[in-house]
Amino acid sequence: MRRIVQLAIMLLFIASASFGIKILDGNLSTAEVLESFYLSDPYSVIQIIASGFIPASSVLIGAAIVTVFYFLLRGRMFCSWVCPINFVTDSAEWLRKTLHIKPLISSENVSRNLRYYVFLMGLVLSAIFGFAAFDVLNPISMLYRAVIFGSLSGFFIVLFVFLFDLFVLKHGWCGHLCPVGAFYSVIGKWGILKVFHNHSNCTDCMKCKVVCPEEQVLDIIGLETDTIKMGACTNCGACIDICDDDALEFKITIK
Amino acid sequence: MNIKDDAMATRREAVKNVVKGIGYFSIGSLAWGGLIKESGSVDFVLRPPGAIEEKDFIKACIKCGLCVNACPYDTLDLASTESSTIAGTPFFKAREIPCYMCLDVPCVPPCPTGALDINLLKQKSEEMNINEARMGLAVINKETCVAFWGIQCDACYRACPLMGDAIVIKTERNERTGKHAYLIPDVSADSCTGCGLCEHACITELPAIKIFPRKMVMGKEGNHYIKGWDADDEKRLKDIKNVDKYTDDNSGAIDYLNNNDDLFTDD
Repeated sequence: MRRIVQLAIMLLFIASASFGIKILDGNLSTAEVLESFYLSDPYSVIQIIASGFIPASSVLIGAAIVTVFYFLLRGRMFCSWVCPINFVTDSAEWLRKTLHIKPLISSENVSRNLRYYVFLMGLVLSAIFGFAAFDVLNPISMLYRAVIFGSLSGFFIVLFVFLFDLFVLKHGWCGHLCPVGAFYSVIGKWGILKVFHNHSNCTDCMKCKVVCPEEQVLDIIGLETDTIKMGACTNCGACIDICDDDALEFKITIK
Repeated sequence: MNIKDDAMATRREAVKNVVKGIGYFSIGSLAWGGLIKESGSVDFVLRPPGAIEEKDFIKACIKCGLCVNACPYDTLDLASTESSTIAGTPFFKAREIPCYMCLDVPCVPPCPTGALDINLLKQKSEEMNINEARMGLAVINKETCVAFWGIQCDACYRACPLMGDAIVIKTERNERTGKHAYLIPDVSADSCTGCGLCEHACITELPAIKIFPRKMVMGKEGNHYIKGWDADDEKRLKDIKNVDKYTDDNSGAIDYLNNNDDLFTDD
C-alpha cells in the first residue's frame, strides 16, 4: 500500500515534467499543486533561512502546510509513505537479512538521537557556507532529480546510502542520520493516526520488534495496552503485517 | 563509595559526555564541511533570467526545478553533482541551447523562493520585459573571431535579439589590403542580456563570442570616479556631505617640477 503511494507521487511528478500533466509539478523540495499552491520541504526552507536569506512567502506557506499536515496526521508518515529513499533502505534491509550480512557497526552503539545533531549541524553549516548545506548532498532530492530530470550522477549518493545501510549500519540512514526524518520525528508525537497495541492479544513473540525499523518505539509491546506514542514511529505498518495475534492495528486517536 | 564521591563521579561522567558530544559534533561538521566546501565556490555558471545575485541565488534556490519544467526550449537544466555549481540549481549552457527570450518569460513566475525575481525584469516597465534580463555578458575574442581577420561574418549580430543595440557592427579600414573594410561586431554591456544566441550562432569551432557572468568580466569603477561631462553623474557631487578636503601642504616636499626658478639660474 505505501509502496503504491510512494510510486504514485513520483509518477505524478514525472508526468508533470515529461508530459505536461500539471497535477504535481517540481519535486519533493518544492512542488506546485494543480498550478495553484506550493508545498515545500520544511527542512529545506529552514536551511535557506539559516543560510541568511528570507525566501518568498510561497515556500514559507508551503512549508507551513506540510508541517501542519504531518503534525496532524503523523510526522514520519512522510518517511515511509512518501520518501523514495525509504524504498532504497528497505531494499538494503531486505538484502541484508536475506544474505545474513552483519553490519560493520552495531546498531546499539549508535544513538538514534544522532539525527537531531545532524539536523543542527546542517543549519550551522548552512549559516557558515551561505547555502543549504544538507541539500547539496540530500539523497532524497538527488534520487528525485535523477528520476525526473535524468541526472544520473545523483544515483551515486543513493547507492552510497544503500551500501551504508547494507554493510555499515543497520537502518543507518533513515534510523540514525537523516535530518529530514529528525524534523518529522519532532513534530510526530501528536498525530492522529497511530499504531495501537492491544496487550490482551499479545503473545510476546516479539516478531514486531524484529521487523520494526525504529524498534525503540515499540517499548510497550507485551507490557500495556496503548498507542505507540514516540515520534520516531513512521507508521510503516510492518509490525501490524507481521503480527499473527491481532494485537496491533492502526487507530485514529487524539491521545 | 560515599554519596559525595558518587556525585563527583556522575558529574565527571556528565562533563566527559559533553566533551565527547562536542567532539563528535566537530568531527562531523568538519567532515561534512570539507565535503561540501567546494560546492559554492565556483560561480562561472549562467542562471535563468531574473536570477538574483549569485551569492544570494545559491542561498535562495530550493532546487525544485519548476523553472526547468516551465522552459519550453529545454534551455534550463538542474545541475548534477559533477556540474560546476551546487547540485540541483538551474543553469544553462549557451552554446548548446541558449535562452530564446520568451516574451512572457515562463520560467520566472513559478519560482517559489524569490531566487528568480520578477521585479528584476520590471524595473523599467509595468509588465515583465525579458530584455531587462542580465544573465551574462557576451565577450568577443578578437584573435579567433574571423571578422577581425577581415572576413565578413555577422552571425552573432544577426542572431542577437537586440540587433543593432546589444551588438553593433563597426567599420574600420583594412590596412592590410588597403581597399577593404573590417566589419567588426561590438557588444554593449548596457543592452546585452546574456541570452547566448550569439554564442550559439558563432561559426568558429569553439565560440569566439562567449557569455560570461557579468560580475566576472565587467569590473567595477568605484564610487570615487565622477564623470564631469555627465550632468546626472555630476549631481552626485552635491550629495556628498563629508568630503575629505585635500590640503595643499607641500612644506615637507621639494616641488621641483612646478618651481622652475632653479633651472634658469646662471651657476
